Amino acid sequence: MTAAPVAEAAPRRGAFPRLGGQLVTRGLVVSYLSVLVLLPIAALLVTSLEDGLGRFWDAVTIPQAVAALRFTLLVSLVVAAINAIAGTIIAWVLVRDEFRGKKVVNSLIDLPFALPTIVAGLVLLALYGDNGVLGISGVSFTKIGVALALLFVTLPFVIRAVQPTLMEIDREMEEAAASLGARPLTIFTRIVLPNLAPAIIAGATLAFARAVGEFGSLILISGNIPFETEVASVFIFSLIESGGINSAAAVSVVLLTISVAILFLFHLVSRWSVRHDR
Amino acid sequence: MTASRLGLRTFALGYLTLLLFVPVLLVFYKAFEDGFLNAWETVTSPEGLNAFYLTLIMVGVAVPINTVFGVACAIVLVRQRFRGKALLNSAIDLPFAISPVVVGLALIFVYGPRDGWVGPWLAEQGVRIIFTPVGMVIATMFVSLPFVVREVVPVLREIGDEQEQAARTLGANARQTFFRITLPAIRWGVTYGVVLASARALGEFGAVAVVSGKISGVTETMPLLVAKEYETFNVAGAYAAALVLALLALAILLAMNLVKRREEGV
Repeated sequence: MTAAPVAEAAPRRGAFPRLGGQLVTRGLVVSYLSVLVLLPIAALLVTSLEDGLGRFWDAVTIPQAVAALRFTLLVSLVVAAINAIAGTIIAWVLVRDEFRGKKVVNSLIDLPFALPTIVAGLVLLALYGDNGVLGISGVSFTKIGVALALLFVTLPFVIRAVQPTLMEIDREMEEAAASLGARPLTIFTRIVLPNLAPAIIAGATLAFARAVGEFGSLILISGNIPFETEVASVFIFSLIESGGINSAAAVSVVLLTISVAILFLFHLVSRWSVRHDR
Repeated sequence: MTASRLGLRTFALGYLTLLLFVPVLLVFYKAFEDGFLNAWETVTSPEGLNAFYLTLIMVGVAVPINTVFGVACAIVLVRQRFRGKALLNSAIDLPFAISPVVVGLALIFVYGPRDGWVGPWLAEQGVRIIFTPVGMVIATMFVSLPFVVREVVPVLREIGDEQEQAARTLGANARQTFFRITLPAIRWGVTYGVVLASARALGEFGAVAVVSGKISGVTETMPLLVAKEYETFNVAGAYAAALVLALLALAILLAMNLVKRREEGV
């Protein structure tokens, strides 16, 4: 530490943050966000209702739209659940286990975030598709294919949410439980899991949100079969391409509402987990 | 104990291998299956080069703008108190939650030359946004918006504002305080956000596909080229273009890990 500055040397000009500069920065930030993000969302909402509520309702309730929305929610839920379990196990192995190459494995976890989704779809098709390397048929253009692509793109969320929490957990609690005769499974369900729950739920919520809106990785592998493998985003895309732009707007608003609801849920969960940490 | 540990390890590594490692390695195999020359030809064709340049433009325009916005927004969120802050904080995450296809459609309703709010007026002035690279850049800006903000906010919160206050007391103006104190302290957070935003900008498919009109050689980025080659049954070409993207992704992954290590070291 250097000596304290001499008081007389300090001119007081600028000692207090000028409110003007702050206001300008805040104004610019809010304007940018409004023009780039909020304006298009408003335009979407207004346009979807332009032809009246009846048309909106019709567009959203045609069987193909209902089927696409239902399948999207269902497959996203299943995928989020699978990755919640697998992700927790992988995070546990990466934090608590020791093996050769662990660092490399850990650094590759983020690959689905770095890899363009269209490439992900393409390679999954190459591996699990009908003429794929593994020679399995019955994956491409099926619900399993869709789930597989979604599992790939949502893989890192739970792992990256659970890892830091798991690293910070006090091992003493577990050691105390073990010394009192608790078996590993009991220790895990009674001590480790309750501590990890907020992180797992937060990660799974993000994975769910991502799965609901996912498009790039599905366009090739899903085959876009109505009532079978067509998810909401692909359905909207085909509506846009075939000129049904107003129907596309209506279905988009439903999907948007779901996304915003999930986002709200995520904010609730993260607030809960902050309180949980204290 | 050791048996269950081994079981978990096997499960974790098996899951990652089947879902992650093998598929990614396969890009390399598939791209060169029909020979190196074929892959090279697709990538260096005028169409391929154009898609590559356009992809770089997407990253080169959207990421710097969002970086400046991201740092400013993070400072506003952490260092300022005002009404509606919670609302601003939630609105930042919207691009993460909204489906890329919905983003593209929403942009058409603003900038579309026929159906848009400002599109018809812009068209009269001779400015076209939808079906041009400008619209694609706007779509990329939309989807890559939150990354820098989300990486910088926790860092700013952690470093606190004591040093900034001290600098101000010693007579530094806002500009000096930002460049000498704040920016050096948050630089790795900013860098990490930039890397994540670049990854997203590079690979964005849905939002860009909707506003691009997919005009070959004009509004076709690398991801769009991959899809087009595949759909026109030039599978080898699709894998070649995918390989370029995969290599860029690996470079980004490497950068992520380097930056993360520096971030933790500081």
